[in-house]
Amino acid sequence: MNCTGSILPDVPNSASEQQHADVPPTPETGQPLWLLAELTYRCPLQCPYCSNPLDFEQRKQELTTEQWISVFEQARRLGAAQLGFSGGEPLLRDDLEELIRAARDLGYYTNLITSGMGLTYERMQAFKEAGLDHIQVSFQASNAEMNNYLSGNQRSFDEKLEVARTVKALGYPMVFNCVIHRENIDQIDKIIELSIELESDYVELATSQYYGWALKNRDHLLPSKAQLVAAEATTNRYREQIKDTHRTKLIFVVPDYYEERPKGCMNGWGNLFLTITPDGTALPCHSARELPIEFPNVADTPVEEIWYRSKGFNHYRGYEWMKEPCRSCDEKEQDFGGCRCQAFALTGDADNADPVCSKSPHRHLITDAQANADKAQPASEPLIYRNRKNSAQLISVQQIEEESV
Amino acid sequence: MDSLMQQTPAINRLFRFQWEPASHCHVLLYPEGMVRLNESAGAILTHVDGNRTIAQIIDQLKADFPEAGDDLVQDVIDFFTEAHHELHWIDFA
Repeated sequence: MNCTGSILPDVPNSASEQQHADVPPTPETGQPLWLLAELTYRCPLQCPYCSNPLDFEQRKQELTTEQWISVFEQARRLGAAQLGFSGGEPLLRDDLEELIRAARDLGYYTNLITSGMGLTYERMQAFKEAGLDHIQVSFQASNAEMNNYLSGNQRSFDEKLEVARTVKALGYPMVFNCVIHRENIDQIDKIIELSIELESDYVELATSQYYGWALKNRDHLLPSKAQLVAAEATTNRYREQIKDTHRTKLIFVVPDYYEERPKGCMNGWGNLFLTITPDGTALPCHSARELPIEFPNVADTPVEEIWYRSKGFNHYRGYEWMKEPCRSCDEKEQDFGGCRCQAFALTGDADNADPVCSKSPHRHLITDAQANADKAQPASEPLIYRNRKNSAQLISVQQIEEESV
Repeated sequence: MDSLMQQTPAINRLFRFQWEPASHCHVLLYPEGMVRLNESAGAILTHVDGNRTIAQIIDQLKADFPEAGDDLVQDVIDFFTEAHHELHWIDFA
């Protein structure tokens, strides 16, 4: 760990001696307060904006119950307090009750992030007894037709409604999550009305972010500026309308494509957030697997070693790695140059400024996408659903492309 | 103010209050989030159990912190007012 605020710059006993004078010293590493456990990549839905890696079909290995519990213990000692059970669909793990109980006994606030598919009343009750704190149910739209079209599953909407009602009946706080995009954004009023009718405590209206499957499908998903402005106005109207009668909190997450500055991604690389993928690979964010960086695995490396000393987690800590325009930018301590995964996916070099930034020489990649989103029919290719067949196909195409380079 | 003193506060079911050993502070945990509490907020919430009134909590805090002085009563009242009306951490039974 670097010694910040040292008054002894000449003593060669820390990493700070190697730092260049033109960038601030690397801040002290924060605790991994947020642990995201992606228990499995298996999933009954096929959402085209899924954040799982495109090649999930090649990554079928999953940690055992004991390995997961060991990860929970280790991360808790490092300060982790929030634990998200995610996936894929975490309900497909038969040991979920056991994992919840272990996590709750360790003192975690336990979050189940689920599509709700296949979740019975009995199982929700068992989770409650195991100590589960909260269930987040994802919806794709406000009506069966659109929901089932987007999820690639014909029964999903009715099941989700049933699950959401049971979540409330059992006294859980409920987070209603709906990924917002071009195809459903114009129905945001109906989505909000559904969320209020279901007595949601928190409503996340999160515009899709363009990684993994969502980047492949970006032309289908990115709303136009006009759509976005209208949706925000609608959300504000409902906030005003319900403020005296409901505690439901409406959270609208704007897509960074319409910002002038990038987001301070993950509150800084390896500073707060720790993702463990189904096979035990540890990542500083759930998209980082797409980066050309080697990340450690909890199966053979202690979590403490991973968090504080692994190459992968230290790769983008601090400011030493930065190129221009980030390096001399006076905003780098707020946004850390934006998102490394987005820089890599769009420019081919993860060290570049996030092209969302108007100072980025690659900014045209974002403005081109904005201009395309203004067209009546922005997509020329069909929508690609997140499923095993498409995963296998995308990977074989990628391999062919790599071979031919 | 008298009516507030007789209120029985309870922690809103959306929140969980606990001590974090690795961070050496009390926190309120809620879906996908956490509030780190300062020492006085932590000391007050330690006595919130859904049974004791604010008046009783104040008596307890006076006993716990005899050096606190006259500001204590107003500080606790201000805390509960904000925690109930603005932050929604506290429900009144």
